[in-house]
Amino acid sequence: MNNIKKYKKIFIETFNAKENEVCQLTYQSTPEWDSVGHMNLITALEENFDLMFETDDIVDFNSYEKGIEILRKNGIEI
Amino acid sequence: MESRYNLLTNKVVLITGCNRGIGKAILKKFAENGAIIYASARQSGILDVIAEELSNKYTTKIIPVYFDVRDSNAIKEVALKINKEFKRLDCIVNNAGVMEDALIGMATERNMQDTFAVNVFAVINIIQYAAKIMKKQQSGSIINISSIVGVNGNAGQIVYSASKGAVISLTKSAAKELAPYNIRVNAISPGMIDTDMFRSIGETRVNERIQKIGMKRMGSPEEIADAALFLASDLSKYISGQLIGVDGVTII
Ligand SMILES: NC(=O)c1ccc[n+]([C@@H]2O[C@H](COP(=O)([O-])OP(=O)(O)OC[C@H]3O[C@@H](n4cnc5c(N)ncnc54)[C@H](OP(=O)(O)O)[C@@H]3O)[C@@H](O)[C@H]2O)c1
Repeated sequence: MNNIKKYKKIFIETFNAKENEVCQLTYQSTPEWDSVGHMNLITALEENFDLMFETDDIVDFNSYEKGIEILRKNGIEI
Repeated sequence: MESRYNLLTNKVVLITGCNRGIGKAILKKFAENGAIIYASARQSGILDVIAEELSNKYTTKIIPVYFDVRDSNAIKEVALKINKEFKRLDCIVNNAGVMEDALIGMATERNMQDTFAVNVFAVINIIQYAAKIMKKQQSGSIINISSIVGVNGNAGQIVYSASKGAVISLTKSAAKELAPYNIRVNAISPGMIDTDMFRSIGETRVNERIQKIGMKRMGSPEEIADAALFLASDLSKYISGQLIGVDGVTII
């Protein structure tokens, strides 16, 4: 599975989201993406992409799009 | 006194401030009990000899890691290293600390910043990275070294006591937040322990203070290490959010 598919799958599974709406998701735009959901998302991404985000990245990660930018910053080709 | 109960066999541990005082005693005690230890200090090379000695003596692995606990990037690097090498982290001991006494009116901005950077902010940072690994394995023990003055306060220690009080409250908050992941968080509050830090107050004051100890003697670093061993081991697996005083009944 390529990285973008992997990334999308994690969003879908963590937030119980539909595939066609996942790209529009932003922090706290759905009840599932609250602060607890956010930490679950971070844990899943760290595990699947084998990295550790810095605290500032975790705080800045406020949308699906922004997450891609942050993964790139962390050396993930996506 | 040696105490080989093998309570920590195969447990992966990170201890800060291992080069002297309480941290060094914890390092030795944990090695005796079979732990695999990432031993930290800030002066490069200072732990190389003791790490090799303890590794050979107790047929375990002591891995020195050198960083200043105020450097959050370095903390991240160490967490990544541990995750890569062992894929687990069973225990951390936040021991590194500084104490600079100051009367009210003489507590400088620098003293406040330095004290909180080491005694509080670094502890929070280390917990944040350690919890990432511990959450995945759904277990872990976090031990923070507070102080009796963090509970009772002490004249001349407005800054230091506040930082150690913060260690107690952050311990309780982390215990609440991490309990669902079976990660335990506890603190130890030493009384007056025979280390460079305590002796830095001068001989006259040391003797005065010993009079305030019910048992009429200073504690040894090993006695703090015994409490840390208990908290690191499975003997305390249902204990979290607690503060254990190790002070020989000290009245402050
Ligand atoms: N001794 C007591 O009576 C007593 C009582 C209550 C609580 N405590 C607490 O127990 C802990 C250990 O104290 P101790 O008596 O063993 O003190 P110590 O002999 O002064 O040792 C302090 C340790 O912390 C390290 N450290 C300080 N700043 C650091 C930094 N920025 N980065 C990395 N390491 C740093 C020191 O490294 P360097 O050698 O490089 O400076 C040293 O290894 C401290 O948290 C202290 O507040 C002690």
